[in-house]
Amino acid sequence: MKDLQLKSHRFRAEREGDWRKLESLLGKGERGRARSLTDEELLQIPVLYRAAASSLSVARATSLDASLIAYLESLTTRGYFFVYGPRTKFAQRVTRFFRHDWPAAVAGLWRETAISAAIFIIAAAAAYFLVLRDNAWYDSMVGGMAQGRDFAASTESLKKVLYDNDSGHFLGGFAIFLFTHNAQVSILCFALGFAFGVPTALFMAEQGLVLGAMLALYASRGLGWQLGGWLMIHGATELYACILAGAAGFRIGWAVAFPGEKTRLDAASEAGRHAGVVMIGVVIMLIVAGLLEGIGRQTILLDWARYAIAGVTLTLWLGFFYLPRREAR
Amino acid sequence: MTAVLPASPTAAAPARRGLFGRRLRPKPVYVDPQNHLVREFVTPEGVDLRLQLGSAGERAAAFVLDGVIITVAFIILILTAVSAASAFGFEGEGAEFVGAIELMAAFFLRSFYFIFFELRPSAATPGKMALGLRVAARDGGRLTSEAIFTRNALREIEVFMPATLLMLGWLMSMGGAEAVDGWTVLAGIVWTGIFLLFPLFNRDRLRVGDLLAGTWVVKAPRRALAADLASDAAERLARFAFTPEQAAAYGVKELQVLEDVLRRRDPRTLAAVADRIRRKIDWTAGPGEHDADFLAAYYAALRGRLESRLLFGHRRKDKFDKA
Repeated sequence: MKDLQLKSHRFRAEREGDWRKLESLLGKGERGRARSLTDEELLQIPVLYRAAASSLSVARATSLDASLIAYLESLTTRGYFFVYGPRTKFAQRVTRFFRHDWPAAVAGLWRETAISAAIFIIAAAAAYFLVLRDNAWYDSMVGGMAQGRDFAASTESLKKVLYDNDSGHFLGGFAIFLFTHNAQVSILCFALGFAFGVPTALFMAEQGLVLGAMLALYASRGLGWQLGGWLMIHGATELYACILAGAAGFRIGWAVAFPGEKTRLDAASEAGRHAGVVMIGVVIMLIVAGLLEGIGRQTILLDWARYAIAGVTLTLWLGFFYLPRREAR
Repeated sequence: MTAVLPASPTAAAPARRGLFGRRLRPKPVYVDPQNHLVREFVTPEGVDLRLQLGSAGERAAAFVLDGVIITVAFIILILTAVSAASAFGFEGEGAEFVGAIELMAAFFLRSFYFIFFELRPSAATPGKMALGLRVAARDGGRLTSEAIFTRNALREIEVFMPATLLMLGWLMSMGGAEAVDGWTVLAGIVWTGIFLLFPLFNRDRLRVGDLLAGTWVVKAPRRALAADLASDAAERLARFAFTPEQAAAYGVKELQVLEDVLRRRDPRTLAAVADRIRRKIDWTAGPGEHDADFLAAYYAALRGRLESRLLFGHRRKDKFDKA
């Protein structure tokens, strides 16, 4: 009687147990409960996966059961993504990011960083001199961001903004506002790089213009040094992050416009991944900047202390990114 | 571990010419001519997984689902924050606390919802999971966190920025302060259109974010193992004795249609199909013969016959294939 059974049926009956076992193990693993798998089970998955892959090959060649082949295709695909998926633990990945990936990505982006910084600084300088010569430039450059800080304001009120410690407010909330706003802006600045980097360049220039015009306003009242402290306590971090976001955008724009020897698609995705590392870092820098600006600046009112913090943070960032280090394994 | 795009034809095909004799790129050759979204994808074990890419419709549906989830989560968070704050009183700090929570929630849901879920082992947001989709690296390598960050950061210019612009424009025109410039609206629509429809203009259904991150979205549905229709073949074939000629009336295509019919078990279809097959193979139904029984037996006979031919290297495509 047994000989009358179809060969493909016997083939399935012999292996079905292993397939179901793989399916249940994958189900556990995919739900993120990889830790609930025992060591033995983890070792079994690749073996069972390879068996399923070979079953798929055999089934395609010998079985005409369409639903069986569809099942094996789905099972093998799931197995493939599990077995060849990211294997490092989250903690390991985070450590690697800080120790190697992030600084290496930023250092590898030095050319774009220089361009991005140059655009920003040139725009700031241009705005500074233009506004000093003719105050009418101020409104067109700063516009809505002035919030009363313009040439009509008294020196007293301008000074008050710099040393107002807002003690009655929930400073954490202010820090969060600053962080979310800045992060959104830099992600946008980065994403716009896709259009050959042109909007990113405009964006960087605009940021520079606002800064330069503001500096000119305060400098004309003899408050330039004080404004510097007020800005740089967090600006050393925030502006740096902003410049890096612009640089990441330029990298993408450059790769899309001039892919070199690679295909445009390959060049774009390589640049996209590299810039992605930098951008994860930018978000982290902006969290730091938000805390410095929202809490640090409102509680530290001495100019020299503000400059000291600016200097220290800038040195730390530069050292972290550009100091040569041993190759990570 | 390579994902091979449809190879260009190796034979020296005559160059296709478009309007005014413009030379066109050769037509791509698809793995499966019936379904242009199937890609050859060979694992290190040498098995071709024949990955199927998510269609534009599925992608859009997944995105809409995620949008609904984000909105609901946001509303729940805000309501919770408000009720928590009302315990402290709404003056001063309470209101600022709610404001801070609102900002945080909006930012993290907008920027990190997709990233968080795609970083998990299933590499899919709840919306994608519901549609059986997942993100994968195009080159067959590992899906890295920076790739996930990049593909989702680009949503900012694909969706959120134009949406914000249009919303702003709408609010301004409602407020009646100053009607938004028609050109601005047009620019917003064109911009959104380019990015929104981008997946429709390339073979791999890549978003701009996918393009930059080196990823694509593939189907990885969970399928349950259905019962084998030929499990009681021996017993059935003992009752229904088909001659070799009768068992050889059809090919693989008809066998799979029959499999489908048997799995659905719709009585009227069963009756119609049984009738057709009986006529084709000159089978006279015995007394009290059930259509479903007959079909199951014929399925087993046909599959047995075709599979044994398959072992000798003959794959009979359909009933017209006489080889």
